[in-house]
This record gives sequence, C-alpha cells and structure tokens, in this order.
Amino acid sequence: MLEATAQCFHCGEPFAGRAVLRVRIQGADVAVCCAGCRAAAQLIAELGLEDFYTFRTAPSSRPQALTDEWLAYDTPAVAASLTRIETGGRSIVLLIDGLTCAACSWLLTRVLQKIPGVERASVNSATGRAQILWNEDQVALSQLLRTIAKLGYRANPVTAETTQAQAQNERHAIMKRLAAAGLGMMQVMMFAVAMYAGDLQGMDLDIRMYLRLVSLLVCTPVMLYAGWPFLSGAAKALRMHSITMDVPVSLGLLLAYGASVFNTWRHAGDVYFDSVTMFIFFLTVARYVEMVARHKSASVTDSLSRLLPVTAHRVERSESGDTLTDVTVSQLKTGDILMVRAGEIVPADGEILDTRTRIDESMLTGESLPVTRGPGERLAAGTINVDAPLQLRVTAVGASTILASIVALLNRAQSERPRITRAADRTASRFLAKVLIGAAVVCAAWILIDPSRAFGATLAVLVVACPCALSLATLVAVASANAALARRGVLVTHADAIEGLGKVSRVVFDKTGTLTTGAIRIYRCEVLGPETKEQCLAIAGALEAASEHPIARSFASLGITGERATAVHIVPGEGVEGSVRGTRYRIGTARFVAQAGDARDACPPRLEHDAAVMLGDACGVLAAFHLGDEPRPESRRAVADLAAQGLAVEILSGDTLASVARVAQHCGIARFAARQSPQDKLERVRDLTAGGDFVAMVGDGINDAPVLGGSGVSIAMSRGSALALASADLILVGDSLQALPQAFELARRAQRIIRQNLVWAAGYNLSAMPLAALGWVPPWLAAIGMSLSSIAVVLNSMRLLRDGASATNPEPVRPALHPKYSG
Amino acid sequence: MNIILILIPVTLLLVGCAAWAFFWAVGSGQFDELDTPAWEILHDDGESGTRESKP
Repeated sequence: MLEATAQCFHCGEPFAGRAVLRVRIQGADVAVCCAGCRAAAQLIAELGLEDFYTFRTAPSSRPQALTDEWLAYDTPAVAASLTRIETGGRSIVLLIDGLTCAACSWLLTRVLQKIPGVERASVNSATGRAQILWNEDQVALSQLLRTIAKLGYRANPVTAETTQAQAQNERHAIMKRLAAAGLGMMQVMMFAVAMYAGDLQGMDLDIRMYLRLVSLLVCTPVMLYAGWPFLSGAAKALRMHSITMDVPVSLGLLLAYGASVFNTWRHAGDVYFDSVTMFIFFLTVARYVEMVARHKSASVTDSLSRLLPVTAHRVERSESGDTLTDVTVSQLKTGDILMVRAGEIVPADGEILDTRTRIDESMLTGESLPVTRGPGERLAAGTINVDAPLQLRVTAVGASTILASIVALLNRAQSERPRITRAADRTASRFLAKVLIGAAVVCAAWILIDPSRAFGATLAVLVVACPCALSLATLVAVASANAALARRGVLVTHADAIEGLGKVSRVVFDKTGTLTTGAIRIYRCEVLGPETKEQCLAIAGALEAASEHPIARSFASLGITGERATAVHIVPGEGVEGSVRGTRYRIGTARFVAQAGDARDACPPRLEHDAAVMLGDACGVLAAFHLGDEPRPESRRAVADLAAQGLAVEILSGDTLASVARVAQHCGIARFAARQSPQDKLERVRDLTAGGDFVAMVGDGINDAPVLGGSGVSIAMSRGSALALASADLILVGDSLQALPQAFELARRAQRIIRQNLVWAAGYNLSAMPLAALGWVPPWLAAIGMSLSSIAVVLNSMRLLRDGASATNPEPVRPALHPKYSG
Repeated sequence: MNIILILIPVTLLLVGCAAWAFFWAVGSGQFDELDTPAWEILHDDGESGTRESKP
C-alpha cells in the first residue's frame, strides 16, 4: 500500500513532472510532490500517527507554503476578540477547511493534543469545527495555527456561533420528538393489534378497558410532546388567517384524540390512539428529513467571513516613521492605510498607494491569470496580492465592499427562486381548505341521515384525505435519488434539486475550474528568435525557478532542468531578469522584455490579447509562451454524453476569448461567450430561462455564485469557493465531470418514479375518499389503507437505489481504504 | 390473562427507561458526530481526556 506511485503519497495529486521528494513512513520510502506535503508527512510520522494513512478514506489537501500571517494572532487586541478565557487557559473555536474524512479529525485532534500546553482539543468532522483549550504561558496561539496549516488544513477563527447552536438545538429537539413518537407508536400498535384480535375472537370487557386506558396513557405524552409543533403551527397559521398543512393535520389529530378519550371515558365506541401515534410519527419523520436537507445547505453560508483574513497590518504614520500594527479586520475604517504583503489576501476594498503588483482576482472575475495593478487603481477585498508588498488606502469595509455586494446579488437571486415553492404552497392550501369543507359537508350530511355514524365517517374522510402517501411519494423518491447520486459522487444540498435536474434542457458551464482543472499550463511555445524551443524552455525554466508566482510554477511543472540562472532580479508585476550561461535574459510581460533590447518591434503583431509570457535578451524576443487552463481529461466525454441525452451545452466565462475558444473546441462545444461579468452571466441565464429553457449552471468561483443562485438548478465543483458551494443545489464531490451525465439520467428516472408514486397515491386518496364519505370505510381501515399505500410508494422509490447499485460505472476506487472498513 | 396487568406496566417502564436513555444521549451530544468516535476506538493510544465536548 505504501509503494511509490504516480501520485503524491500525501495529497494524491499526480506528479506531472514535478520534482519528487522522498519521506520515510512506516519503514518505507514514499514519494511526495512538494516540500509542504513532505513536512506534513514528516510531522505525522514523528508523532507516531502514520495510521492516519492506513485509515483515511480520501486524499489529504496539499499544505500551502507557510507564511507568517499567524503571528498577528498573538497580538493582545486580536487574541481578545477571538478567544475566551476559561478555567485552565484560553479557548478558541476554529472552522477547519480541508477535513476530507473522519480520519482527518482524528489526526488533527491527536496532533493538537501532543503539543505541550494544549489542555483539550476536539475536532468535529460533521460541523468542521475544532475547539481548543490551551495554556497561554506554554504555547502561543500562532503556533497552534501554524501546526494546523503545516498538516494542510486551514483554520479560520469563528466569532459568531449562534446559527450553529440554533441548528444543533433544533436537531436535538426533533430527534427527541422522533424517538418519543416512535416508541409510543410501537407500544400503542401492540395494544391495537390485541384489540383488533379481540374484535374478531372476543375479549373480556375489563381487559379491553384496560388496554384502552394504557393506550391513552402512552398516546397522551406523544400527542402533547411530539405532536406539539403541529398543534402550535396550526394555531399560529389560524391566527394569521391562513391555512397550512398543519391545520387539517391538527384537526384530524385533535378529533381522533378527543373522540378516543371521550369513548374511553364513556366505555363505548371506537378508539383511534394507534392512528394518532402513527400519524404523528410519519409526520415527524418527514420534518426530520426536511430539516437535515435544510441544515446541510446552510452549513456553508458563513463563507463570506472565511474569504477575508481575520487580521490586517495597519500602517500608523508618525514623525518617527511608519509603524505596523496588527488589528482585526472588523476594526478597520475608511481612510486607514494598510500594508498587504505578497501572498496575502486584501482585507478591504482600497486604492493602491505605492507600487505596481500583480493581483489574483480569480475569485471575483474567473480570470485564471493575475492582473497587473498600479498606484491609484482599486483593489477588491478577497483578492490576493501575488508579487510585491503594497500600501493600500481603505475605501470600503464590511458590507460596502464589492465582495459584499456580490453576496447581496446572490441573496436576491436566491430569494427569487422560492416563487415556485410558494405557488405550490398556495395550491396545497387551497386543496386542504377543500378537504376541510368536504369533511364538514360529509359531517353535516351524516348528521341529517344518521347522527350515530357522522363522527366515524368524518374522521375517515380526514384520515383518507391526509396526503401522507402523497407527501411520501416525492419525499422518499427524492431521498433514494439523493442516496444513489451520493454513491456516484454527487451531493444534493437543496430539496428541489432532483426535480430541477430532471427538467434541465440546457447546461451552461463556467470554464475555469469546471471544464478545466483551474491550473495554469503552458500549451504552446512559439519560437520567435534564433534559439530552439528546448533552449527557450530551459532558459525560461531556470529564470522562473526563482519565483513563487503561479506562472512560474507552471514552468516548474514541465520538469525541465539543466540550466541555472544567476544574478536573478524579480520585478514585481513585470517579470524576472537573470543571467543564464553569461547572457542576460528577461522573461515576463511583452513591455518588460522589450525594454531589455533597443525598443525594437518586440511585440509581434500577430499576438492577440492572450495570456502570453515573453522571453527575450538584449537583441529582442526569443519566444512567446501561451498559457492557459488545462481541460479536464474527462471533459470531452462528459460533454458528448450530455449532448447524446439531448441537452444543449454552452460556456459562459469571464476569461479571454482565445482561451475560452480553445477549451470550447477541445470539448466540442459550439456556443460560448467570453469576458462575461457575473451580471452578464445572470442576464444570459435569465434570457435563456425566459426563452423556455430550464438551465443547469455548472460553476465554481465566487463570480459564479449569483448565476448559480439564479439558474434553474446549479452545480458546483467540490473544490470551488465556499460561496459557490453555498449557492449550489448539487456539489460534484468526486471532482469529476463524468458524474454529471449520470446525475441527469438518474434525475429523469427519479422524475418518472415520482410521477408513478403520485398517480398511485392520488388514485388511492381520490378513490377512497367517496367510499369514506359514504361511511363504508371505518377509520382503522382508512389508517391501514394509508399505510399500505405508503409502503407501495416507498418500495417503488427503492428501485432507484437498487438500480444505482448495479450501475455500469463502478464506485471510484478510494486510495488507501482499508478493506475492513469499507462497508 | 391477568399476567398482562403486570407485564404491560413493566413494558411501559422499560419504554420509559429507553426514552430517558435516548434523551440523555441526545442531550449529551452523542449524536452530534457519528464518524470520528468510530476511529477513536481503533487508535486508542492510552491517552485520556479525548472525550468529545459540546461545541
């Protein structure tokens, strides 16, 4: 299991020509891809926690290059706002990114506990939260955070924990109600079976009375405790002069319960305690399923705070010179001067004061390459300063930043969607009102004809009309479809995603990170000088080896060695200059390279505005390297499969025309649009929707968040930004596009099964209703009929799961999964 | 048949115990995280104080 493979032992990424490093784990040398992975593996080995590699079920995330951003957390002002003083030390709650499986949280807990000074550490993999209690005198907070980062996880301090606590309380309450209803139902059912048997075989009256009293005893707490949300919900709805599902439910419950108590008291008539508890149990199950789906989708919504750093370096101007103070971002004000070092995230919107540098704006624009920004230009919070330290005058903080306005756009787009849901609610409420009126009519008619049968018939109508199988029809089919999708690596976060997925007629891709891997690659080397292509690449590789820039890393990934550059000088935002074999070369922007020569025609005219890096010497340009995103290996086939299903496919990208066209050609997509802003994308999708298309949007960046929220159904890649994940209906966990065509097919099958279920359940309800109204159905028969109808619906839905197991595409093989624990 | 006069209260008592146990388990956070504790037990290296605490 531990031999060297083509993939990094720690992070599982292919080496792709990168230099391979070695590290010793459990007595065997294994290969890792970078210094970060080596450090993480070494740390794990030193602490004797190598078992992590045996038991993890997913590869770990790659540790980023370590920066000293953590030191800021040791300043008293920052520490005070993020930590609490408890008995035994200080405590902090951290939100951890990169927990890929349960073994991760085990590893993190152990590593933290082994740091001297840490009193207590616990990591919850379900909520992604770590709680640490430590002794300040023995270990600094920055050291804890650095250790977490060294393992490849990213820790974000959490300040507002209210929503999380609320969700947990709700979960606890509903679980208790479910248990109460379930246990109560089982007991009452047993007594009910005895009483039904007694009806057939004969039973002593005192035994019957005893069973009734016991049923009453069990049913009352179930009714008052587990049934309380429905009763109070109905009361609330009536006070608001509206009818919700709770109203007929409560009416049925109260009637059945009241009549049963009355009949128990007067020692005559029927009791319906079994129906009452069963009814409450099924309703609570439905509520629980709905709550789980809701929480799953809400768990990533505090992503805005995660995008921005917690601290910023404020420049304090005084006569004795500038000094840097670390402050929390919430303390920043407009007009403050900030220092943003290379590699740091810009903490607030602002204007550059001093220098030219390159800024990675991919979170906002989807542009895969950093753009150059100079003094006077505006930067948006959340973008990353790539090259040089810069000073920034803050122009907007918090809610007035560009990032916040994108979030607002997203919220607006999301709030437009529930219209369909609201329409369904209105229809349901009209239907329910009709049921109530119908029951009243039946009751009145029977009082005129035969008052003794009025109650039984009315109750039968209410029970028969209860759309229990009807609501299960969709619920169970959707739950089965979700489970089948999860098996194929697609996670469903919104309840209506399956329905949307089955209706899709057009799939729109964002290019970066979806059709492509998001990594920059040199796809063409154009030789313009006397040197050969190999020589150019070797010189370029040697020069770029000194730089940590993303473009430089794409040269490193070619794995060309042999040349060494000396006297290397990095010009931020422009390029790199250095000597190779005694000749001075420059690599970087066309203008930078042109300045090296005698200002000759350095920039060849046939180069369009593409992402190209030039290499030149004093005599002129030697070569142009064209950079772009690498398409995913499975993109072409996935797109072809989608087209074979009759779906229209197109690309909307924020990237340049040339790179979008290249990817479109590679994947066989005819329609594409480049240089699209988030607003453009949203409008295009709205136009398509207005034209009768049901659009599925596949995206991954912050810039995609609004259009993800505004499309019919939205799909995000699991490595996408948190905001995109929060606004997506589905998440491709496997990070493979091949799951997409399968998901569409499965959703359409789920739609068919839902339709069958609805026809069956509605057919049962509609055909049984007249019989109940005529008084031919006793309430117990209505309850049994309802259960049978529900079981039929559930069994039909389970077919989705069975088909999923025998799918042609086997489950992707997970690395290092111990066979014993794979079940 | 008189035996049920005793047996049914006994079952109700047991149900009450089961409900109380489940309520306690929910309240003390036993269901908050269902994945990690399963790993904990496999790798018990003798350290104490690793109990999950409520966030």
